[in-house]
Amino acid sequence: MLEETLKRIQAHKGVVGTIVVNAEGIPIRTTLDNSTTVQYAGLLHQLTMKARSTVRDIDPQNDLTFLRIRSKKHEIMVAPDKEYLLIVIQNPCE
Amino acid sequence: EAPGAAPGSLRRSYTAGPLLPPSAEGSAGPGRARRVKGRAAPPRPGTETSPRAPPPVLGPGAEPKSCQTGKISTAEVAVQSHTSQDAGVQTDQSKDAARDFQQEVQVDYTRLLSFLQRVEDVVIKELNKNWKSHAFDGFEVNWTDQNETVSCLHTLSYPDAQDQNLQVTSVSWNATGSVVACSYGRLDDGDWGTEKSYVCTWNLDRRGLNPQRPDLVVDVPSSVMCLAFHPSQPSLIVGGLFSGEVVVWDTSRIEDPLILRTGMTDDTHTDPVYQVNWLPDAKHGNHFQLLSASTDGKILVWREERDGRLALAEGFALVAQQIPRSIQLKKLAWGEAAVGVTSLSFSHFDPRVFVVGVEGGYSLKCSTAAQTEALHRTGTSVPLRAPAELAFTPHGGPVYSVSCSPFHRNLFLSCGTDGHVHLHSMLQAQPLISLQLSKKYLFCVRWSPVRPLVFAAASGEGDVQLFDFEKSSQKPAVSIKQTTAESPVYCLEFNVKQTQLLAAGDATGTVKVWQLSSDFTEQGPREMNHLEQLASEVTD
Repeated sequence: MLEETLKRIQAHKGVVGTIVVNAEGIPIRTTLDNSTTVQYAGLLHQLTMKARSTVRDIDPQNDLTFLRIRSKKHEIMVAPDKEYLLIVIQNPCE
Repeated sequence: EAPGAAPGSLRRSYTAGPLLPPSAEGSAGPGRARRVKGRAAPPRPGTETSPRAPPPVLGPGAEPKSCQTGKISTAEVAVQSHTSQDAGVQTDQSKDAARDFQQEVQVDYTRLLSFLQRVEDVVIKELNKNWKSHAFDGFEVNWTDQNETVSCLHTLSYPDAQDQNLQVTSVSWNATGSVVACSYGRLDDGDWGTEKSYVCTWNLDRRGLNPQRPDLVVDVPSSVMCLAFHPSQPSLIVGGLFSGEVVVWDTSRIEDPLILRTGMTDDTHTDPVYQVNWLPDAKHGNHFQLLSASTDGKILVWREERDGRLALAEGFALVAQQIPRSIQLKKLAWGEAAVGVTSLSFSHFDPRVFVVGVEGGYSLKCSTAAQTEALHRTGTSVPLRAPAELAFTPHGGPVYSVSCSPFHRNLFLSCGTDGHVHLHSMLQAQPLISLQLSKKYLFCVRWSPVRPLVFAAASGEGDVQLFDFEKSSQKPAVSIKQTTAESPVYCLEFNVKQTQLLAAGDATGTVKVWQLSSDFTEQGPREMNHLEQLASEVTD
């Protein structure tokens, strides 16, 4: 089930990689190579935590639900949760 | 660190006291005898009772004592403390390794699964949305200061060569993109064969760069017509000489940089070599062969022999018979001369395909896979093959330069004495576009390594023209004046590693390094599509 869900996401158009990260920022599942995974996991975990605290500092009733980063080469999407983060890296449309 | 000073002072005491033989240091007897001589020596007995006292406080006359103290191996203690520091580094490393995700992490799989199922729908929705979205099309962010204009960074020259009125015949960037080399020779004059010339290199990243003093000057007995740095080894340069020879220099060998040469044999070119290339050797992974093209109509491939010789590995010859009748030169008197090769460019997509420009004014698509033997060519140790496959509509005069697109497998540029640049598709004889960029000659044309729609051309009026099909398909986007008094620019090369740099060499013996503005270094979002459109405008 777990692997199938990840496979379904990975099979989507333009998806470059999928990473699951735990609350400490340690990757648990990945479709990318070791060093890329460690880099993405550490950095995006930090950024997501920062984004969440930003949202909550502005309005304590509010919370982060999803994070999308548009870059020249990719779209990085982060689905947060109290225990895990799902990171998906996608190429922009042609 | 205090014990660590002991070995040093021990050594110092040996040199300071040459009177004391090292063998004497062991016994106290000779030490005492010397003390009588050393007037400046203060309290002796004290040091004997505490031999570990560090020697540096003693005066110069105290050599014997310092020897004794030195002999005690406090130095070893210092070494040991060093190793314990190493151990500290190792623990640091293992801490890092602990972060590696391959370490076992406790995962609650049921909760992970429920998390994934929870987020799957929203993620897939966003993935679909993003794939279809055109919200960011054409959107660009200016994060860095844009270079608005093209500016001259360096004006390099070798005064000795300029005194001889030598011209820059060729420039090349090395594998790191830091070093630019130029060859000196003469293109406009009949009496050039015997004059000595030079190859010069400058490292632009070096502190204290002197534009009038190259880092390396190689004396060459004949005019150097062309050169090329090795694609991956930063110190190797191949050069083609007026005499027909091909030579390789290693710039790391200051004394005698010449490491390989063809010598003058039956295989050597009989005309000046106008282009040299490094050719990946298909049979041996990292090896390179050398390719040379000359106005004698031959394209030769050289391999390294043990004794510093370059031996002919294979070769090609353009023969008049192979040129299609329809475009054969009207002046048959020219005959053989019309197939002299002036320039050559390999496809970036198919390693067997290359385009040559010839004196007869046309460009030819050639293949190294050709098997037809070239007739009427004898004397070489290897039979030459006829490589031409397709001839393109000729220019109004000799072709001086060709360049295959790094971004499209069918596109190439050619230019020549008629002052026109032709944009060709390899699929048809007629040019897609013909542009007059000079009223005189055009000596060199090169595609940008980063902008699919940009090329540069060197003109007889002394301009470097930067052409951008995105901006205009009629006139150059920027025209840079490289020389005054209309001295021609003969050669130019983009820097593949530092893409904002362009080097151009001219008839005054100067190489100018230009810094390109940002619009020539940053690829636009729709550029590849535009290039594809250009290429598909095939006329029937």
